[in-house]
Amino acid sequence: MAIKLGLSRNLGGSAFAGLLLGLLFNGPTQAQVTQLGYWLPIYHEDFDERVPGPSAGDYAGLPINEALRLRGDTWDPSLLTVPEHQCKPHPSTYGFRGIGTTRIWETRDPETQQLIKIETHIEWEAQHRVIWMDGRPHPPASAPHTWQGFSTGKLEGDVLVAYTTHLKAGWIRRNGLALSDQATMTDRFYRHGNLMTHVYVIEDPVYLSEPLVRTNGFQLVANGTMAPYPCRPAVEIPRPKGEVPHHDFGDTAASQEFAKQYNLPLEAVRGGANTALPEFMKQFRPAAAPAGQR
Amino acid sequence: MHHTLSSSIRLAVRLSLAATGLVLCTVALGAQPARGRQVQALAAPAQPDFSQVQVLATRVQGNVYMLEGAGGNVTVQVGEQGVLVVDTQFAPMADKLLAEIRKLAGDKPIRFVIDTHGHPDHVGGNERMRRSGTAVFGGNVRNDDPRGEQGAVVIAHENVQFAMVKAEGTPQATPEANWPTETYTGDQYDLFFNDEAVQLLHQPAAHTDGDTMVFFRKSDVLSTGDVFVTNGYPFIDRAHGGSIGGILNALNRILDITVPRDKQEGGTMVIPGHGRICDEGDVVEYRDMITIIRDRIAAMVAKGMNLEQVRAARPTRDYDGRYGATSGFWTTDMFIEAVYAGVRDGAGAGK
Repeated sequence: MAIKLGLSRNLGGSAFAGLLLGLLFNGPTQAQVTQLGYWLPIYHEDFDERVPGPSAGDYAGLPINEALRLRGDTWDPSLLTVPEHQCKPHPSTYGFRGIGTTRIWETRDPETQQLIKIETHIEWEAQHRVIWMDGRPHPPASAPHTWQGFSTGKLEGDVLVAYTTHLKAGWIRRNGLALSDQATMTDRFYRHGNLMTHVYVIEDPVYLSEPLVRTNGFQLVANGTMAPYPCRPAVEIPRPKGEVPHHDFGDTAASQEFAKQYNLPLEAVRGGANTALPEFMKQFRPAAAPAGQR
Repeated sequence: MHHTLSSSIRLAVRLSLAATGLVLCTVALGAQPARGRQVQALAAPAQPDFSQVQVLATRVQGNVYMLEGAGGNVTVQVGEQGVLVVDTQFAPMADKLLAEIRKLAGDKPIRFVIDTHGHPDHVGGNERMRRSGTAVFGGNVRNDDPRGEQGAVVIAHENVQFAMVKAEGTPQATPEANWPTETYTGDQYDLFFNDEAVQLLHQPAAHTDGDTMVFFRKSDVLSTGDVFVTNGYPFIDRAHGGSIGGILNALNRILDITVPRDKQEGGTMVIPGHGRICDEGDVVEYRDMITIIRDRIAAMVAKGMNLEQVRAARPTRDYDGRYGATSGFWTTDMFIEAVYAGVRDGAGAGK
């Protein structure tokens, strides 16, 4: 009995000491990362834009400025057949909106168990992003820009928050609505059971009049798979050297066609921050749809 | 083929070119008084308070580093044989650049300085860099050859030298001590230094008529000079032989040289004349923009629009937020004028 009590006391003391040490050395990034695993995107939101793809000239509901509207009008989808454009992956400002399994994993220092980084990898186009969690600063302005950018992160409770700079010039919609290489992104990953909500806020002093806020949903999967995605460009359409497909300056035909197809006011499909507001819709009385299309 | 100019030859060349250049400059200024004088002055962008400028060195890859300070980017290759420097910024930056090079290379001597072109924000520190280094001489060069006292070898395309000679006696003159000590003609000049092939690639009639891009083949880094920049529209120095067609040719040549590692990213890295470190994907974006703007202006010229009408149409306005300028030595209006003139004069085609 005496021996048992002594052992219990010793065990209790060791456990207390361990707990104390754990508390002492447990930094703010020691919290459990709850977003790890394989996730499949769910498309309850904006399916038509995200999967089949947006219509050319549809800029509705986006806080774009006049310059970006013109970029969209100039964009010709044939650009994607130019070899230098064929293997461009989605930038991190768009990739989570696309398709393909997403895997999220962490790397910790094996000795201290300090969280060093969280990585995300999206199967389609092998979009591989690193979110540094070790407090390192962002690189200087002259450092290279990448499709995924340079991300640093922190855990706010169990919410993963990342801030990204050093992005290549990318896009916010697959119809020529560009982002400049000055854009930055703050995104948050919320896990709710087996679902995850990704909220991202993009700011671009060149092309957005206000921050663009979007959300994406994901479903956890137990046995996810991740295939490689090699890409090698090739000449698909022979062209004169240096030719860049694009529409004429000031060509709004795509927007007009889209507006007509969906019986929408042209002003609405041309986009702008105001087109995202309910007040904007109240300005317009729906035009009478042509007979047979009601 | 390249020329090594001895002092006597250099003097003769200088005198003959000075005479020719004086005539040419007089004719040019007489024919285009406003534009000619304006563009001549543009070759000297505004200078900052150099005492406040810090030099930042970034390793690009392999043996190659990029140094930022005031003026054009400086490329530095470091190895067992010494140091090769591409461009030297403004003269007052030279000591700060040298201090940073010493951090990278220790006491290894500067052997080569390469000028991508002749503007003062790229060659101002030539003399200081040259005199701090030592050339490698041998073969049939005598030990008492005057070049042995010159320090490092300064290489440029011969048109850089011609422009410097022509400008003698003008406010834009480059001090002779900053002139190249060797020039090359033709399309290309090759070196093998620090265990890698270094190719000097002449790009005709682009930013100027004397542009050189420097390709470090083993490190897989291309230093472009001002045929490619990320901080604005390309400065087309028409008074010194630049053209929009040449700029586009240069950008497309960069795309021929660069090979991305994967997904249009990484691989061959590109150091622009001004701005941040890039790869092929960044150059594609810039090439596309310049091509689109050139096409727009060409269409306007084909419709018979004059320069004022083209300017009023604002053919660059979707890119101005990123690359445009309303003040400074190179404004959006000047860029539009240069493209307009190039297209009008048949120098806008590219190939």
